Parts: sequence; structure tokens; C-alpha cells
Amino acid sequence: MSGLMTMFADLPLLSLVIWLPIIGGIFVLFAGDKEPSGARKIALVFSILTFLLTIPLYTLFDSSSYAMQFAEKHVWITEFNINYHLGIDGISMPLILLTSFITILVIISAWEVIQYRASQYLAAFLIMEGFMIGTFSALDSILFYIFFEAMLIPMFLIIGIWGGVNRIYATLKFFLYTFIGSVLMLVALIYMYSKSGSFAILDLHDLPLNISEQTLIFLAFLVAFAVKVPMWPVHTWLPDAHVEAPTGGSVILAAIMLKIGGYGFLRFSLPITPDASQQLDWLIITMSLTAVVYIGFVALVQQDMKKLIAYSSIAHMGFVTLGFFIVFRITSTGDSQGAVLALEGGMVQMVSHGFISGAMFLSVGVLYDRMHSRQIADYGGVVNTMPVFAAFMVFFAMANAGLPGTSGFVGEFMVILAAFKANFWFAFLAATTLILGAAYTLWMVKRVVFGDIANDNVKALTDINNREFLILGLLAIAVLVLGLWPDPLVDVMHPTINNLLQHISVSKI
Amino acid sequence: MTAFIQPNLLPALPEMVMLAMACLVLVVDLFLPQEKRGFTLLLSLITLILVGIATVYVSPASSISTFGGSFILDKLAVTLKLSVYVVTFLVFVYSRDYLKDLNIYKGEYYVLGLFAVLGMMIMISAHSFLLIYLGLELLSLSLYAMIASNRDSVTASEAAMKYFVLGALASGLLLYGISIFYGLSGTLDITELSGIIKSQAASNPVMLSFALTFIVVGLSFKLGAVPFHMWLPDVYQGSPTSVTLFIGTAPKIAGFAMAIRLLVDGMSDLQVDWSQMLTVLAVASMAIGNIIAISQTNFKRMLAYSTISHVGFILLGLLSGTELGFSSAMFYTITYAITSSVAFAVLMLLNREKHEAGEIADLRGLNDTNPWYAALLAIALFSMAGVPPTVGFYAKLTVINSVIQIDMVWLALVAVLFSVIGLFYYLRVIKAMYFDKPAENQVITIKEALDVKILLSANGLSLLLLGLFPSLLMAWCVAAFA
Repeated sequence: MSGLMTMFADLPLLSLVIWLPIIGGIFVLFAGDKEPSGARKIALVFSILTFLLTIPLYTLFDSSSYAMQFAEKHVWITEFNINYHLGIDGISMPLILLTSFITILVIISAWEVIQYRASQYLAAFLIMEGFMIGTFSALDSILFYIFFEAMLIPMFLIIGIWGGVNRIYATLKFFLYTFIGSVLMLVALIYMYSKSGSFAILDLHDLPLNISEQTLIFLAFLVAFAVKVPMWPVHTWLPDAHVEAPTGGSVILAAIMLKIGGYGFLRFSLPITPDASQQLDWLIITMSLTAVVYIGFVALVQQDMKKLIAYSSIAHMGFVTLGFFIVFRITSTGDSQGAVLALEGGMVQMVSHGFISGAMFLSVGVLYDRMHSRQIADYGGVVNTMPVFAAFMVFFAMANAGLPGTSGFVGEFMVILAAFKANFWFAFLAATTLILGAAYTLWMVKRVVFGDIANDNVKALTDINNREFLILGLLAIAVLVLGLWPDPLVDVMHPTINNLLQHISVSKI
Repeated sequence: MTAFIQPNLLPALPEMVMLAMACLVLVVDLFLPQEKRGFTLLLSLITLILVGIATVYVSPASSISTFGGSFILDKLAVTLKLSVYVVTFLVFVYSRDYLKDLNIYKGEYYVLGLFAVLGMMIMISAHSFLLIYLGLELLSLSLYAMIASNRDSVTASEAAMKYFVLGALASGLLLYGISIFYGLSGTLDITELSGIIKSQAASNPVMLSFALTFIVVGLSFKLGAVPFHMWLPDVYQGSPTSVTLFIGTAPKIAGFAMAIRLLVDGMSDLQVDWSQMLTVLAVASMAIGNIIAISQTNFKRMLAYSTISHVGFILLGLLSGTELGFSSAMFYTITYAITSSVAFAVLMLLNREKHEAGEIADLRGLNDTNPWYAALLAIALFSMAGVPPTVGFYAKLTVINSVIQIDMVWLALVAVLFSVIGLFYYLRVIKAMYFDKPAENQVITIKEALDVKILLSANGLSLLLLGLFPSLLMAWCVAAFA
């Protein structure tokens, strides 16, 4: 086994896991729609291969170091000193594993469901997987930007081609919102290049910038990443996109794309503009707490299951950004352990939300495939006809509400605990999610799953098949394992988070 | 009376080959029956290849000037000329079936095209006012005739008329500017002029900027920058698509060369003045082009407005007044020409008898019927919008970089915000292709020739290739101004 592992260590693993799915996607495209079962098999093989190749990223990862690992660097565009530079540390590695894991589930979930142009659908997901892993592993800001933008194209097509009734409005809104944020980031990146002569992210971390420059750059990044997360008040594209997207699109959006926004804050905003982040942390904290409380109330009144989960995603991502930006207030009290807790809580919340939101959307997808309705009012008493499914759905709902023992609890608890050290009222407001989250999720489950059989359609429902059982079962295991034993995840990111904290505590002015 | 000095003819070898071959094609075509018209095309393509070989053969290590300094051959000229040949080659091949459908598959299209290329070559290499003007007129006259080649079409005749009248006006303005400069300096030679401007810049600023204004206006007319863009949408929409394709691609490269020769080579000491003028023109072009394009339903007209906005971006590179800016503007111009040739070529494929495809609605459901061409057009549109990993992203990156380098961050912000607006109308076309279903009565059947399919696929994929490896072209653009 160890011999096999050292063999992997010599491979350019990151390049492989970026380009293998993209090449697989092109294969699938050329396999065509005449024989969709062939395309499905190719897609599944490539997604599993990619996942297997990401496992050595974890097993060979040196969790005692904060340095960039598995680094690859090649000269790419000499005229502008742009390099093909890849590498991962403790905050990107878990997200890459999450990406490759979720993509397999999405491919399986599309198996019989997607009949219209199945090969294009699967290819879009594979290509997007490559772009997303590229985003997490890029160490050159232009390379990051290219992956960051390129993933919009497949998602745009996925929502637009396979989406619901109002899909065109939703997908255009999605693309334009994200694009406007990212072009501002591009200007900020070029500005820093004009100062430093380098696009390398690690060089930008050490670039001295005065406070007005930092503020403007911080705001440019904020627009880019806040739209992606999405944070209140630029969240309005998300409910539209989620509702109209096909199940797989919703899963990828919620489970991974939103994480890229959070990742961007850790990789760019905090280390490049630490002083501006500190000065403007009130802004992010306000936006985050608004997301937690206000969006929680908004979720409560939704009639549409997908919309409800979309709003719940926004509220949960509020925890992530809250955790990332309360660190300045905690460190000013001299409590560096609390700051570590806040950052790690945000990271755990990201990974956990990846599993839970993916599971929730897949559950709704299971119902939608049978009834072609997302309206809560159309359901009732599903437990009577789909007992196994109901068990899963209740479990994921509990996790979404933050039940101890599930992964949803760990991240939220860490962030709330850290928030106490910053300010009692932050923690108080954040903790309302425990009530609100439980209220909107469980109330939905009560109306959909429990009670008497509401109508004949529900009566005709059949329970989940093996394929659906496999997907939901895998996710349930992930949620439980991360909830009961989060240490492996926390340990790998520990040195990176410590280093990040050390870095942002030094002023750049 | 100085004795006549035999000029060095070698640097002009490509032009001479082109002239001889164009005349040969003209004569040979006279004796060909209609069913052998393919030979004219073949001969024209051979001409382009021969001229390309000649250009590579004479390409100098450093700049050479001849004909008393009025003709220059440098790296810039070689790169731009080669791009013109490549683009024209594509245009000629793409146009064949379309011209057949419209019943205007005649030798004139190719002969006029070759003369237009000759005009562009002269513009690119010209280093005197007179020669620039000659090249420009040769190009323009050929284009007027090409637009009108579909005699039965009212819109084409209207477009030709409009282009002719406004083109003549623009030439007049340009000539007026040239004559004032001649009056001030007593020379038509760009190199001499640049020295004289240097000595007069302090003593006679008003007259110089007065003359400069006319030159800039004339240039803006030819490039299609706002507010001198009025002809462009009508000409793009009215012309046969094969001619729109030609006008929209190669002449932009020549226009860029003209701007470089006049403003950079000749008037670099007036850079402060023309930079300010170009800033206004660039912002106006990006604004008007992008905003008006949103409301267009005709694809050709939409691309016309999109061209206007792209001209704004090219001006961004020029106005920075740095070598970096010039090379990025050059990169932008060449890649734009390659990109728009894909867009127009796909549109031409959709053309059917008695139905000239030109509306965005004609593209509905293209992904259902012809996924490959839908994908190629989508790549071209994403490239125009500047979305990575296409080459358009890198083109935008370089020009925005060049304005940030001269501390005009506000201009970069204006540029990217208008490019977001621009994204919307490109996405609308992609929406038509991918998300809409074709109407019952318009199932699109494309019967393309194999050569068109290969060339168009290579052309489309080159946008991705250059997007991934922009150095392939960028290195040439940087070398041209080194």
C-alpha cells in the first residue's frame, strides 16, 4: 500500500484531477446521445477515477505543515509573468475532496432522470468539476480567475437547458450577477500586478498596500465573493437559480459553488487586505447576521421546498462569513484560540453544508421526479408510502437544523462559541439559527413527510430504489461521520489556519 | 535636380505579387464558364498563399524603409499582413456556398477582395500620408463595390450608398487634416513629420491639435468609433453576409495599422492630445455600442454594435501610449477578427434559399439540430464577451492591464462594467441557440462542404487554443513594438 502511495506522490496529481474530468467530459460529449447509457457509464467511470485520485491528496497530505503541497509550477504566459501554478493547503484540500465526492453523486442521480441530451448534461458536470477543482488549487490569481469564470459557462447551460419553467430568467440572472462581481476582482488583481509585477497569490499576500488601496481592493473582492457565497443583500439570484436548476445543478451550486465564495475570502480578502478587513469587519458581520436572522425568517414562509432550502443555504453560509470575520474582534481580546475556533468553525460549516444541502436537494429531487411538484402543499404523509425515504429526509432535516451528532451541529457550534468571545450579542443573534433553522426545516418536514396521506398522488408514490438509496446513504454516512468525529478534517486545516491568523495579525501598512 | 535613385523594390515584393496575381485572376476569370468558377476561388487562395510566402521571405530582422522613406517593412507590418491573409483566406472559403445560394457567385467577389487586400497591405506598410491615403481608398472602393455586388437587393444597394457617401466624407476629413499638416510641415513623410512636430509642439500647439483633430475624426470614421459609427450598423445589416464578414474582419487590422502609423509613428509628440481624444471616443464607443446592442433583434446588426464596443476596447490599448498598450491593442484587433469570422461564418451556413438568415430568431434551437456549430458559435460569443477560457478574455485582460499601468483605474472600471452589459446580449444569442426550441417550419438543415467544416472547426477551436496559450500570438505582438 505504501509503495502504491509513493507512486502517486510522483504524479502531478493536481493537474490530473483537474484535467481528467474535463477530458472525460469531452469524451462523453463525443459519445453522443444515440446511446445515452454508454455516456452515463463513461461519465461515472471518470468521476469515480477522479475521486480515487483525490484520495492520495488526503492520505499523502502533510498535516503538520501550512506550506503549499503537491505544488506544480510551469511558466505559462511569459509576457505577463503568469504561471501555471497549483498547490493545496489545509483549506483547499477538503474542498477538493468534497467536489470530487459530490460530483459522483450528481452523476448517479441523473442516471434515469435526465433523458433529454443526457451526454451534454453529464459532460457539463464533469467539465465543471475540473474547473471547480482548478479554482481550489490555483496559486496564480489569473489561473484562479480563469477557472472561477469558466465554471459559469457549464452551469449557465445546465440551468438554461434542463431547468424549470422560469429557467431563462434565472440563468441569465445567475450569470450576470456572478460576472459583475468577478470583473471587479479582475481589475483589483491587475492593479496589484501593476504594483508588484506578479500575479502569484502568495506574492500578493506579502504585497504592501496602503489603507485606501486595501479598502478598494477589499471591496472589489467583497463584491466578487459576496455574490458567490451569496451574502445578503446580493443573494437574490440564488433562490431563482436553485428553484429553476435541475436537481444536479442545485446540488453543485449549493454544495460547492457557494464554497468558492467562502474560500475566496480566506485565500484573497483576509491575507491580501488584512487591515481593510479589520476596519470593515463590521460590514461583513452585519451582512452575515442579517443573513442568519432575516433570511431565516424568509425561509420560514416559503411554499416551495427548493426555495426554502435555498434560503436556508444563505442563512447557513452566513455562519461561514461570520466565523471568518469575527476573528479580528477575538484576537483583539488576546484570545488566539478563539480566533482559530472561529475560522475552523467556518471551514467545517462549509464542508458540512456541502453534504447537507446536497442531501436536501437530492431528497427534494427524489420527490420531484415522482410528483413533478416542489410545492409543500402538494405533499403530506409521504412517510406512509415512502418509509425509507422519509427516514433519510428526516435525518437530513435534523442535520440541517443543527442536531448534535450530525455535521451541521459542529460548525455552527464552533462559530457560536467563538462569537461569544467577540461579543455576546453576535453570539446571541447567531444562536437564533438553532431555533429558526429547526423551525423552518422541521416544519417543512412535518408538512411533507408526516400526517395522513394528503392526496392520491402521494398514495401512488413508490419508495426509493437502490440507486437513490445509495446516494442518500453515502451522504448520510458523511454527515454522521463528520458530526461524530470532525477531528480528521480539523487536523488537516489546523496549521494552515494558524498561519493565516499569524499573517493577518501583521499590518501591511 | 537630384538624380533618380532606383528604390529597393524587394520590401514591396508581396504587394507586387499581389497586384500581378489579382490582375491575372481578373483576366482568367473572364474566360471561365460559371460552373468552373471554383477555379477563380482556387487561384485566389493560391494568391494569398503566394503572397504569404513572399511576405515571410522578405520579412526583415529590423525595420527597412524604401521608396524614399514612404514605404516601411517592419515586424509590425509582417505580422499584420500575415493576419490579413489568414483572415481573408477564411473569408473566401466560408463565402463560397453562401454566394452560390444568392446567385452572386462571380469572380468579382474574389478579384475585388484581392484588391482590397492589396489596399490593406499598402495601408499597413505606408509611411507617408500619400501612400496611406492611396491604400485606404483602394480598400474602400473595393468594399463599396463588394457591398453592391448583390444588385437585386435593395438593402445592399442602400448600404453601399451609405458606406460610399460617409466613407467619402471621412476620407475628406482625413485629407483635410493631412493638408493642414502638410501646410505646417511641408512634408508628407511620416518620419520627417514626426521631427517637425517635435520642434513645433511648443510653439504652435493650436494649429497642430487642430490638424490632429481631423486626423482622429477620419480614423474614427474608418474604425467605427462613436460618434462616427452611424454607417456601421446599416452596412453590416444591409450587406450580403459574406461581405459583412469581410468588412468586419480584415479591414479592422488595416485600420489599426493606419492608427499606429499616423498617431504613434508620426505624432507621438502630440500623444497627450490624442490620448485625451481617444479616451472620450473609447468610453463613448463602449457605452453606445454595448447599450444599443441590447435592443437589437437582427444578429448582424447586433454584431455591428458589438464591433463598435470592441473598437472602444482597441482604443483603450492605443490611448495608453505605451508599447504594452500598442501590443495589447494589436492582440485585441487580430483576435477580434478571428473571432468574428467564426460568428459570421456560422450565420452564413444557416442561410437557405429564399431566406437570408440574419435574425437572432433564426438561430433558435441550433443546439438541437447542429450541436457542433452551436458550440463553435457559443465559443465565439463567449470570446467576444471576454469569458475565459476563450481568447477574448485574454484580449480584454491585456488592454485593461495597459490602462491600469498608466494609472487610469477608473477607465478600467468603466471598461469592465460595460463588458458586463455586453455579456447580456451575447448570452441572449446563446439562449436562442441552446434554450429555445426551433419553430416548426424552420428546421435548420446545414449542408456544409467538408473544407468549410474543417476550416471553421479549426477557426473556432483556435479561440480556445489561443485562450489557453495566448503567448503563441502575444509574443508576435510584443515583438512588433519592441
